[in-house]
Amino acid sequence: MSMMLKLRYFAWVRERIGKPEEDVEIPAGVATVAELMTWLSGRGEEYAHAFDNPKVIRAAIDRSHVKPQAPIAGAREIAFFPPMTGG
Amino acid sequence: MSPTIAVKVQREPFDVSAEAAALSRGRTDVGAVVTFTGICRGDENGEAIAALNLEHYPGMAETEIESHVAEAARRWPLTGAVVIHRFGRIVPGEDIMMVATASSHRAAAFAAADFLMDYLKTRAPFWKQVEKASGPTWVEAKAEDDSAAARWVKPHQAAE
Repeated sequence: MSMMLKLRYFAWVRERIGKPEEDVEIPAGVATVAELMTWLSGRGEEYAHAFDNPKVIRAAIDRSHVKPQAPIAGAREIAFFPPMTGG
Repeated sequence: MSPTIAVKVQREPFDVSAEAAALSRGRTDVGAVVTFTGICRGDENGEAIAALNLEHYPGMAETEIESHVAEAARRWPLTGAVVIHRFGRIVPGEDIMMVATASSHRAAAFAAADFLMDYLKTRAPFWKQVEKASGPTWVEAKAEDDSAAARWVKPHQAAE
């Protein structure tokens, strides 16, 4: 079953994709954060550019940090961003 | 008394002295207050900068900092803690963020401030972009910040 998700992008991930957020219908079969990155990469050049080195991209599900292998079932909001540089 | 905890994510400047003073006002169990202030430098790798632009993840920034302050209060006998992190455009010389920790004795206050800074650097969702003559660039995360944060991982958490 497909699911609707709010995706949010920050810093250079946001710049490369060209928007801060979007609502996206995720097809069945995309089960983890890593799979979602792979699926997003296929949506166009800007996405491929943003996720060309997925190892450096961090993710959060519903505003909590998660690992790439985290399942996305039940998520409302998933964010992608570079390593943080606050402080 | 329970610890006095305050976490603020804001665009506006803050007053470090007033925030630190509030940690001991009206109570006599505070023997030590440690403050750390992060300040915007006027250069990045030798190149002059006009400003920093700090982007953040509203909502997550607050909850992430709050969870680390709560963890600090579990690990050390704190009487209080304040973390303030600004976002938006910050020019050289301005404060970016502050941590203040209070305890009956200095060791806990120093350790908790150190712990909070290491975690904020690597876990709080903020990103710095540098404005300079050659164009804007994103600050890259430093490997030493990750290893500094790793110091605080307890052995049973290392596998997580």
